[in-house]
Amino acid sequence: MDVTATPAVQLRAQPSSRLWIRDWLKRLGFWFSVAVIISPAVFVFLWMLSLSLKNEIDNLAYPPVFIPNPPTFANFLQVFEQNSIGRYLWNSIVVSGGATLIALLIGVPAGYGIARTGAHRLTVLILIARMTPALSYLIPLYAVFQLLRLNNTLTALVITHLVITVPIIVYIMAGYFETLPRELEEAAEIDGAGVWTTFRYVALPLARPGIVVGVILAFIFSWNNFVFGAVLSGRETRTLPVAVYNVLTFEQLAWGPLAAAAIIVTLPVLLLTIIIQKEIVVGLTHGGVKGG
Amino acid sequence: MSCNAASWSRPGVVALRRRRYFYFILPALLVVFAVIIFPWFFTVWMSAFDWKIGSTPQFIGWDNYKGLLTNQRFLESVARTFYFTALAVIVPLIIGTIAALIFHRQFPFRGILRGVFIMPMMATPVAVALVWTMMFHPQQGVLNYLLSLVGIPKSLWVYSPQLVIPSLVLVEVWHWTPLVMLIVLGGLASLPTEPYESAKLDGASEWQLFRYITLPLVAPFLLVAAVIRTIDALKTFDTIYVITSGGPGTASETINLYLYLQAFAFYNIGNASAVVVIFFIIVLALALVLLHVREKTKWT
Repeated sequence: MDVTATPAVQLRAQPSSRLWIRDWLKRLGFWFSVAVIISPAVFVFLWMLSLSLKNEIDNLAYPPVFIPNPPTFANFLQVFEQNSIGRYLWNSIVVSGGATLIALLIGVPAGYGIARTGAHRLTVLILIARMTPALSYLIPLYAVFQLLRLNNTLTALVITHLVITVPIIVYIMAGYFETLPRELEEAAEIDGAGVWTTFRYVALPLARPGIVVGVILAFIFSWNNFVFGAVLSGRETRTLPVAVYNVLTFEQLAWGPLAAAAIIVTLPVLLLTIIIQKEIVVGLTHGGVKGG
Repeated sequence: MSCNAASWSRPGVVALRRRRYFYFILPALLVVFAVIIFPWFFTVWMSAFDWKIGSTPQFIGWDNYKGLLTNQRFLESVARTFYFTALAVIVPLIIGTIAALIFHRQFPFRGILRGVFIMPMMATPVAVALVWTMMFHPQQGVLNYLLSLVGIPKSLWVYSPQLVIPSLVLVEVWHWTPLVMLIVLGGLASLPTEPYESAKLDGASEWQLFRYITLPLVAPFLLVAAVIRTIDALKTFDTIYVITSGGPGTASETINLYLYLQAFAFYNIGNASAVVVIFFIIVLALALVLLHVREKTKWT
């Protein structure tokens, strides 16, 4: 071994500086491609931030001013003062929170039932639901809500948002319960626990990571939804995305407040994405789930 | 009663288990029926009526469908939707695969950078659309400034009937390439390592490794991504509605935009329902074609 090892070391030692440069260039090229691939995302979000922190003169300047100097929070103040953003924010929280909570209560047991009975045809149903355009739910639901005098109420919006949240939670939970080992549940049943007790005290605590992913994804896709609110909500019951589009684009055409409002809508979602990006990656890779 | 592993799969036990877990599934099933399945059937039913909000519905059979098939504006919107979808599937597939190959490697800050890369797909579509509207502005928009830096003349973007669809595809690509990346990344993570080791011993180049090993192995995942992307591209509504509302003229009026106008601007519910049914058949047909291709490629 010694005999073969020594010449190998010598051979490598000679062109080492050239190899080093090649290695270094390769690494540079790789980081360059990383920069290229993430730059569109970075640019659009930074531009959004830049627009929201500049006064109107800088926002309309050409060539554009990139760095706000000095940054101003006037746009954010204006959005909060002149519009009932607080109220729309609350509407969004009630609608997305309510729809996610109901989906959680009925979707987690359903996911468990599907996983334990192997009723996978039900998940196919959910996939077909995903294929249906959101607008096609809206026409019949709109007609029914009209009959029930529920149009323009938050209740109608919560019910409609179940179209988004229930499939996501059922799909993710069915997949998650499938990965849990059954031995613990079997042991509990031998000890005389019923199905419900086994679910409540054995399976449910183990499923917490899956529940977290399901809840966050369901909440985000419900939060982001625009078209349900655009059709079903009235002046007082608009959700945040609808309010940002309807109120701001008609009442003020200035770019600064618009960008500030866009940031207010999407910042909570972006923060959640960054915080739990690992879990989101896992949840989305398996399901390919997307709402609406 | 013995509860060993084998008892989980005995036929009698399966039936028993089905019944025991029925109540777990029941509430979700009821909700799915109420808000998902009922609307499907109600839509088909409504499509056979001349139904306008505020007036009594009249049964007219196939007339809504016949009207649509000779309706120039609707047929154009179908063609436009296909054009938009083709671009909005192919481009993200290519860029998403490249991005997945990059993020498949190990490098410092990989997690954070991947998080930044997937931010567009989680961002609220309305917010994204508003920012792109401002970026597309022909006079003060930042995109034209960026073009001028590399010597390309100013473009009208979404204000030009010819460029409006490609411009909207640009937003769509920005928005949804991360989802393709995630699906392909999942595929890459599941690949075996042996073929690579033996190919490297045989002196294969990086391109050859990609072309003859990686690509065939991730092909099923690319097809899944293509199916999902096709469905989503056909369904695109928020960004188009906010950025152009179908304009200029009807130059960006896709099926979904046409549908929205029929239903909630003209309150022509019967006609809109017929559009939904045709639209759903198109989505289903395209998805089935792509899944069929997948079945075929598995065996060859």
